[in-house]
Amino acid sequence: MKDQHLVTLTVNGREHELVLESRRTLADTLRQELGLTGTHLGCEHGICGACTVLLDGEPVRACLVFGVQADGREIRTVEGLADGDELNDLQQAFSRHHGLQCGFCTPGFLMLAEAYLAGGGSADPGEVREVVSANLCRCTGYQGIVEAVTEVAARRREQAAKAHD
Amino acid sequence: MLRGAATFVEDIPRPHAHHLAFVRSPVAAGRIAGIGTEDARAVPGVLAVVTAADLGHPSLTAVLERDEFVPTSMPLLAHDRVRYAGEPVVAVVAESRYVAEDAAERVWCDIEECDPVLSLADAASTPVHPEAPDGVLVDLQMFADDLLDESLARAPLVLEETFRSGRVTAAPMEARACLAEWRDRDEQLVLHCSTQVPHQVRTGVAQALGIAERQVRVVAPDVGGGFGLKCVVGREEVVAAAVAARWRVPVRWTEDRQENLTAAFHGHEQEYRVRAGFDAEGRFVGVDADIVCSVGAYSAYPFSCGVEPLMAATELPGVYKVGRYAARARGVATNKPPTAPYRGVSRPQIVLVMERLLDKAARRLGIDRVEIRRRNTIAPHEFPYTGPNGITYEPGSYLEALERCVREVTDAGWWERRAGGDGLRRGIGLVNFSERTAYGTATMGLRRMQMTPGFDVSHVRMDASGDVVVTSGTCGHGQGHETTFAQIVADRLGIRPERVKLRQGDTDLVSFGWGTWGSRSLVIGGGAAAVAARTLAGRLKAIAGELLEVGPGDIELADGYARVRGVPEARVAVEEIAATVHFRSHTLSRHHDQLLEARGAADPPGMFSNAAHAALVEVDPGTGDARVVDYLVVEDCGVVVNPTVVDGQVRGGVAQGIAAALYEELTYSPEGQPLAGTFMDYLVPTASEIPPVAVHHLQTPCELTETGAKGMGEGGTIGAPAAVLAALNDALRDCEADLDHIPVRPADILRVLTTGTRTEREDTA
Ligand code: FES
Ligand code: FES
Repeated sequence: MKDQHLVTLTVNGREHELVLESRRTLADTLRQELGLTGTHLGCEHGICGACTVLLDGEPVRACLVFGVQADGREIRTVEGLADGDELNDLQQAFSRHHGLQCGFCTPGFLMLAEAYLAGGGSADPGEVREVVSANLCRCTGYQGIVEAVTEVAARRREQAAKAHD
Repeated sequence: MLRGAATFVEDIPRPHAHHLAFVRSPVAAGRIAGIGTEDARAVPGVLAVVTAADLGHPSLTAVLERDEFVPTSMPLLAHDRVRYAGEPVVAVVAESRYVAEDAAERVWCDIEECDPVLSLADAASTPVHPEAPDGVLVDLQMFADDLLDESLARAPLVLEETFRSGRVTAAPMEARACLAEWRDRDEQLVLHCSTQVPHQVRTGVAQALGIAERQVRVVAPDVGGGFGLKCVVGREEVVAAAVAARWRVPVRWTEDRQENLTAAFHGHEQEYRVRAGFDAEGRFVGVDADIVCSVGAYSAYPFSCGVEPLMAATELPGVYKVGRYAARARGVATNKPPTAPYRGVSRPQIVLVMERLLDKAARRLGIDRVEIRRRNTIAPHEFPYTGPNGITYEPGSYLEALERCVREVTDAGWWERRAGGDGLRRGIGLVNFSERTAYGTATMGLRRMQMTPGFDVSHVRMDASGDVVVTSGTCGHGQGHETTFAQIVADRLGIRPERVKLRQGDTDLVSFGWGTWGSRSLVIGGGAAAVAARTLAGRLKAIAGELLEVGPGDIELADGYARVRGVPEARVAVEEIAATVHFRSHTLSRHHDQLLEARGAADPPGMFSNAAHAALVEVDPGTGDARVVDYLVVEDCGVVVNPTVVDGQVRGGVAQGIAAALYEELTYSPEGQPLAGTFMDYLVPTASEIPPVAVHHLQTPCELTETGAKGMGEGGTIGAPAAVLAALNDALRDCEADLDHIPVRPADILRVLTTGTRTEREDTA
């Protein structure tokens, strides 16, 4: 008997119905069933964070979550950040601050940072450094990543303050 | 990249591709008595279970044409003997990775285990290769100097020291991966491969499978980091190619992290026994080095296991005048994975050795450590300087970099921070070194590899709308080649860099090349592109001259126009020239070439970048924890084509160097079992362990290269271990610390703090 389940995933605002084997990870589901290959796998042990996506707004390691566990939930991946051709502020800041070289870790860092920023994360570089130390990058030495996230945190806070006034 | 739209090998859609999983040796050394594949074959969804015999025992052999070298072959799949835990023995081909892994578990290998060789000490007990009964695959005696012993005997100070560095690995975030498929239409095997060297992979596959080079096309799509791990040919990639060619199905292999850490390529496991003599003023009178590199079980293809020993013996003296010099360097086979030229290749170690020697001599002789470096460094008026190692060093800013680094450290208030007063110990490490980059054919030829890399080529083509495509035999993957190559070409054609696109990493697109490694691409690949662009510029000028009725010498290319020098209104747009050449060639006189294409090559001899690094470390005396809290680099890579790219390379390199100094090591049990199989045990540092790195540039234009640039891809990794180790010893200065190995662990520091004596780490093996 086949161990298969019908699940509904909402990914970047679009609903998908899928039949999944229970051992299929969310990362494989996104990459192979939905063709969203922006979510990368760097270790499959839950350590490197390359596979970070947002599950109901919270950052999770998609290599450790099974696809069936995401049934009925909202998932956001790197493909959902830009608005059409327009990169979002965080993506632009990564590019300006040279926050990527090979780019393999980048989607994971973007999603991790996106969650931090959405939660009103502070623009203190020390705090940003601590947050981004959840993920690994082998190319950049992290400086550009920390600078980019810090800058966007400051800008988003400014905007939020203005909107509040 | 930022949108998640990049294409790494795994991202290439092939829904019906089969997947490979490898059954690997569970033991470090042994004889294969039997292999059972029936159960695995019976698993639904399995296409084939492949042993070496099924493939006809193919292998890869890297050769150094020297008497001191013992050639050994690396079989694609082990047969007869296994030589390290993790060595591939059987390949399972199945409809999915899940099924392939399930089936792999049902293969049994009956292996009669033997005692493993894990270090030089036991190399001769059970040799890894019968061809090398003493376990030594390469034994080089270089620069023998009859007077060295005598000079050392007379020297007022002789240090006899041992230095060690642990086994590490590049651990790119994208592990190795490939997708192999046979295309009937082209009668060609297409191998998409995460590699730094597509053409060398093509040659390796063709040789191992006994097919023609033209029957193999290797494509490197986006590559998620390499750092040397992907500049050699992996046997798994060739097995994937063999399976695709035999069964005519597309087949993927994706290395998992455990395989990457335990069964891919390693590096940097070395030991140096050094005698160094100094005069009373702290000047070197001579250095005698005995170097042993644990090269692992096989000689990696194509550059061989001679890479580390040759580099170490040849370049040990670095920026210093050492007087007399001799070195012996051996590559010893051990029952561990083979080594590849991981970023830095022996230079992190030789810099560490030289800098430790100077710090020790300074302490013994009561000389300031900056002053002792001043006295030994090759001075500006001494260039070109030829050392006892036969190398001629072209001008660099060795002393200037040192002085600038000291000034920056002082201005940044590090000395006050070092004084501490809050219970933590702090130390400053200062190091000065060079990095030979962009080795051309002339230099590589001296190594006598059967395959001698060096030159590279580039084509520059302008289309009918005036846009330019550059192809290069180098193969970037995060070094910003798209930006820098475009800049180099655009500058010479007087057009905007956005109009220039770089294409690379496809053996059908680029006639040949040596790929990206050894800090060569911008200088050699970029140099070739500059030559080609210059030729194309000449052609544009000739045509513009005809259109504007002046001689080509009167034309300049700028702002997208060819214009008459001094008469800016007399001009023709580059697009116009391009359109004329393509569509209205009848309006031109006959002597113009028909298209706007040019080819360039570059083959510089290899040149030395240089840098001074400073590290500030903090040590917690309670726990022995050490952290690098500030880092400063003054570097000189000649003319900087793009400072952002250079800074990024330096910072990423420093992070890898700090990692090797404090965190990363691939350790083995006495049985030869790898103890680091995940990122929980192999501690790639996070943002919390890596400080901000300030980078300052000096620019000594290089006369040997097209652009005035020197290479610089490895300097960060080369300088950082020495700087951190010096800083640690400085932080423990009142304990007479003498830490001479990396990585330094908290336990090593606690031992210094409690015993107050010199330490040497126990062998892990
Ligand atoms: S791939 Fe999921 S954490 Fe590394
Ligand atoms: S940019 Fe390559 S791993 Fe982060």
